[in-house]
Amino acid sequence: MEMTGAEIIVRLLEQKGIKTVAGIPGAANLHLYNALKSSNIRHILARHEQGAGFMAQGMARTTGKAGVCFSTSGPGATNLLTALADAKLDSIPIVAITGQVASAAIGTDAFQEIDTYGLTIPITKHNFLVRTVEELLTVIPEAFHIAESGRPGPVVIDIPKDIQQQTCKFEQWPEFKKISNESSVSENQAAEIAAMINSAQQPVILAGGGVNNEDSAGFLLRLAEFNNIPVTYTMRALGAFPPDHRLSLGMIGMHGTRYANALIEEADLVIALGARFDDRATGISKNFCTKPKIIHIDIDASEINKIKKATYSLTARAEEVLKKILPLIVSDGREQWLKEIDRVKKSMPYVSAPEDSDLFHPFNIISEVVHNVPNDTIISTDVGQHQMWVVQAWPFRKPRTFISSSGLGTMGFGVPAAIGAALANPDKKVVCFSGDGSILMNIQELVTMAENNLNITVLVFNNHSLGLVKQHQELFFKKNFMATQFEAKPDFCALAKAFGIGGIDLTEAPEPAKTLIEALAFEGPVLVNIPIDSSEIVLPMVKPGAPNKDMIF
Amino acid sequence: MNPKKLLIIELHVNNHPGVMSHITGLFSRRGYNMEGILCGAIGEGETSLIYLLIAEDEKLEQIILQLSKLYDVLNVKLRPDYDHKVFFDIDKLLTQQPG
Ligand SMILES: Cc1ncc(C[n+]2csc(CCOP(=O)(O)OP(=O)(O)O)c2C)c(N)n1
Repeated sequence: MEMTGAEIIVRLLEQKGIKTVAGIPGAANLHLYNALKSSNIRHILARHEQGAGFMAQGMARTTGKAGVCFSTSGPGATNLLTALADAKLDSIPIVAITGQVASAAIGTDAFQEIDTYGLTIPITKHNFLVRTVEELLTVIPEAFHIAESGRPGPVVIDIPKDIQQQTCKFEQWPEFKKISNESSVSENQAAEIAAMINSAQQPVILAGGGVNNEDSAGFLLRLAEFNNIPVTYTMRALGAFPPDHRLSLGMIGMHGTRYANALIEEADLVIALGARFDDRATGISKNFCTKPKIIHIDIDASEINKIKKATYSLTARAEEVLKKILPLIVSDGREQWLKEIDRVKKSMPYVSAPEDSDLFHPFNIISEVVHNVPNDTIISTDVGQHQMWVVQAWPFRKPRTFISSSGLGTMGFGVPAAIGAALANPDKKVVCFSGDGSILMNIQELVTMAENNLNITVLVFNNHSLGLVKQHQELFFKKNFMATQFEAKPDFCALAKAFGIGGIDLTEAPEPAKTLIEALAFEGPVLVNIPIDSSEIVLPMVKPGAPNKDMIF
Repeated sequence: MNPKKLLIIELHVNNHPGVMSHITGLFSRRGYNMEGILCGAIGEGETSLIYLLIAEDEKLEQIILQLSKLYDVLNVKLRPDYDHKVFFDIDKLLTQQPG
């Protein structure tokens, strides 16, 4: 066979089963786009490379498979960086193919030359700068394998434009390595873990992003129910355990439930599954889990003992371990412990809207949405108070139905990630909860939504402020509000319409609930502006630097 | 002199221009200290050996695990048996060619 580098890239993506790619063309990836023209791969033209990166994430987060995005060199690549860093912190598999200036021009400060390789070292799982056209045949399959295997993460393949253009003769196509499902857990290890669980008096499971997939979630539920172990989870694990289950303690951490934060300290054994003890979950880590023994199971060996010393640790996928230990777990009623759980839960009632509140209370809006969308709806959020309210109030019962920037906390995630989710799940509804601050960070992608006529409802919680930051100023800076209240207030409905999607404002609607329900029933892109009282704050909350158990409520 | 105990880590790595940035970048962004570095290609030049001189502290376990995660790092070994004098005799290492 003889083909150009660009053709090789496109054929390999097809062989990998990639259906959709998001990106923006430019001088350094024109050959790639030229080859893409004759492919069945659907190209989604983003309007900013960060948008393309988050679209790839939206596909990856909802399917577990690597999402793909393209950018040109220089500014195209730098625009992509935030989405890559975001994918790194949340362990999301994406493969970003960036164009680079011609090999001979590298190092000369050529037009649109930037050291993409150097810039992306700290924010990718791995990166490649391709030096010969032949290398593409190994690098591309390898990049997907790296992105999807072990602890997933973003991979960059930087490809100079002469390499896209050159032809290469080769005998046969490379194989895409299968991801090994072999279990690395020995009978002994399983027995040791099971014994610790069986003999614990007051165990708690701490579930992290590593269990947010169908297999793990199924095993987790069986383990919890069979041995009556209460479960708390991090934001990355939302959807892995039903929040309304009798054994659910809800989310742990800064805006978690008071009882999860209190009860984990009463435990004698914490079973951390695919969790990395992030500081948003633990608060000051030396004050976290001071008493309990810790079993730490994570696919990434370097997470073990990084933040918390484990009593027993195992480097393995959560589902492997769960599957192996389940037959060794004894049934246990744990009446004593469950009684204590019940007592603490009752003494610390969970968040809800006040009795006399109207539709526009965030929790009432969320509950209205819950009741008017299909059960398998995918929720994306931006970053801020609106995100935390969704986390607190939405009953996520299935893995991969909640997508949100957790580790990096990137405003601007919501809209493009929703687009990626909609592209990868054409028969599902997608709802994006955003704020009037965050939405402006990737507002240009509304036009991408229009162009592809996607079934997405964007709900803008409009409190005329950078609410979550303002909340910190209110609580910890003596209400010295600085740069958090917007003076100019854009007309988001007019903006939506200008971009070619529906725009609805609940502010003046005579029957706002009815209007909201109609907007949600609409099978196409629409934005709804929802006025939110700017004095609403997210509680309970752990003061930054304080131990988790001392929550403000 | 600081009485901290010094150790040598031996890395067997792929030999290409980006590898060193991956390793030194890891040390700087994770706040690990490196006291010395020595590197050279081996065999046909496909791979290299890198010797890192580091102070033994509580971060050692993490350093080893993080290094092992790097794709271009093929093998990580602790070399407590190696004499690290060479790192302090760099000037003697490079002698001028006679005449
Ligand atoms: C890119 C980026 N810049 C700044 C921040 C800091 N930040 C966190 S929340 C927030 C306010 C978000 O405002 P908005 O989207 O309106 O949501 P609200 O909190 O009002 O619901 C800011 C500025 C961030 N998380 N991301």
